[in-house]
Amino acid sequence: MTPFAAAPLSAGDTAWMLAATALVLMMTPALGLFYAGLVRAKNTLNTFMMCIAAIAVAAVTWAAVGYSLAFDGTGDLIGGLGNAFLHGVTFAPREGTAIPELLFMAFQATFCIITVALISGAVVERMRFGPFLLFAALWSVCVYAVLAHWAFGGGWLLEGGTLDFAGGVPVEMGSGFSALAAALVVGARKDYGRQALLPHNAVYVLLGAGLLWFGWFGFNGGSGFSAGHSGVLAFTNTLLTPACTLVVWFLLDLLRGRQVTAIGAATAIIVGCVAITPAGGYVSPGWAMALGALAAVPSYAVILWRPRTHVDETLDVLAAHGVAGMTGILFIGFVAQQSWNEVSDGLFYGHAGQLGWQALAALAAPAYAFCATFLLLRLIAAVTPLRGTERQEALGMDVVHHGEEAYASGEGAILVAPEAGVEAEVAVAQP
Amino acid sequence: MKLVIGIVRPDRANDVLEALYRAEVRGFSISRVQGHGGELDRVETYRGTTVKMGLADKVRFEIAVSDPFVQPTIDALCDGARTGEVGDGKIFVLPLERVIRIRTGETDHGAVTPVGG
Repeated sequence: MTPFAAAPLSAGDTAWMLAATALVLMMTPALGLFYAGLVRAKNTLNTFMMCIAAIAVAAVTWAAVGYSLAFDGTGDLIGGLGNAFLHGVTFAPREGTAIPELLFMAFQATFCIITVALISGAVVERMRFGPFLLFAALWSVCVYAVLAHWAFGGGWLLEGGTLDFAGGVPVEMGSGFSALAAALVVGARKDYGRQALLPHNAVYVLLGAGLLWFGWFGFNGGSGFSAGHSGVLAFTNTLLTPACTLVVWFLLDLLRGRQVTAIGAATAIIVGCVAITPAGGYVSPGWAMALGALAAVPSYAVILWRPRTHVDETLDVLAAHGVAGMTGILFIGFVAQQSWNEVSDGLFYGHAGQLGWQALAALAAPAYAFCATFLLLRLIAAVTPLRGTERQEALGMDVVHHGEEAYASGEGAILVAPEAGVEAEVAVAQP
Repeated sequence: MKLVIGIVRPDRANDVLEALYRAEVRGFSISRVQGHGGELDRVETYRGTTVKMGLADKVRFEIAVSDPFVQPTIDALCDGARTGEVGDGKIFVLPLERVIRIRTGETDHGAVTPVGG
């Protein structure tokens, strides 16, 4: 994204990107913790496992074809298959960076992984684990790789001039609007709107949000692919923006209910990090703080509005990622400053065309993500049911899909002797 | 006066609460219990350890009612808790010797009739 001339490898850049890649990978288990705290106790493991599954599936599909489709060549809509199965991905520097392409591929893989994991938030507590694995594999190729190509890999948005520093298009709007489609296709939980379905552990939620923020320094700070100016700017903005979102979120909470909520605070951290994701390396620290404050408002409104609808988009991926990502993408069009980013100005600094390209991205990415995800899930549903029976849902996904409980007590548990060979015959019963 | 004890599935507890509310049975306490009632055991595996879970989580309702409310209470428990599969639970009805409301010292019928508000 940052247009350097072809350069030799830089040890400093490479060292930072190695660390950043590890930071971003950690965000996926952190998201698992965040999501696990938000669901009921009987679905803790399944919710966490969907994030772990995203690592398993998306890393493989990324190495197989995803990376190539996203980053090989400059086709308008999609890349080529020249790098399929990592063919030709070696220690030579990736064009436009001074880091080995192999490391560039790994860094981008962690983005694909967490995006797949994010969508699970829309379908937790009811979607069957098997179909989710299939969905994760297909989505990572058909949706993520395409959007990543548009925004990062030489596709029409990048060529046209859309600025997206660390993934407002593929990661945030991609996951948010896919989540909406997934919630519509899979349908609401059986007790949704009838019973209070409450988070079972707010401490997990706060801890998960904290770890996500920590990882986000690699996510945004690494998206300049160097230890240079844009990386430093994005890194610092990743501190400032969510802090401002938190302050405004506190105020909104106070206005609404006279109390500042913990789960609200965790949500605000995510919203702030998401908003600065596309803008990180393009806007001044002052504007980044304004963005943090501004981004709280639309996401807060959607989080209040969504539970009053019939759409059980369970963990509000649309509000936290789709809407906040869109806010960030559009904000760049107003306040991008060439004096900070060395690339382009926004409307306030005399370049109105930038806002046009930002708005185009904010329309095209949600539209593609929503439609493609909708079709993909319909397709899978034609082959295998997306969800289990009501009884299984009542029992909880942990026992049904994993044969484990998050909080097993062991009281009354009887060891099954391994040599007896009878365990396969014992029916899995209703407790 | 009777003490009605209902042992139900945790995921039906909310439905039982609703049914009790509709039957205007307003005084009760609940607790989380574990038990075994003849249903098949669930098998779980933790790394190399495979176990049969002999105890299932249940919710126990304790409801002290005056005689006219015994049948409505039983009906409400059945309505709320029944799924038709093994493991729906049991209801026990016990005679109740005395009931005292601590706040006022009222006894028996006065004490099992919740006050409004």
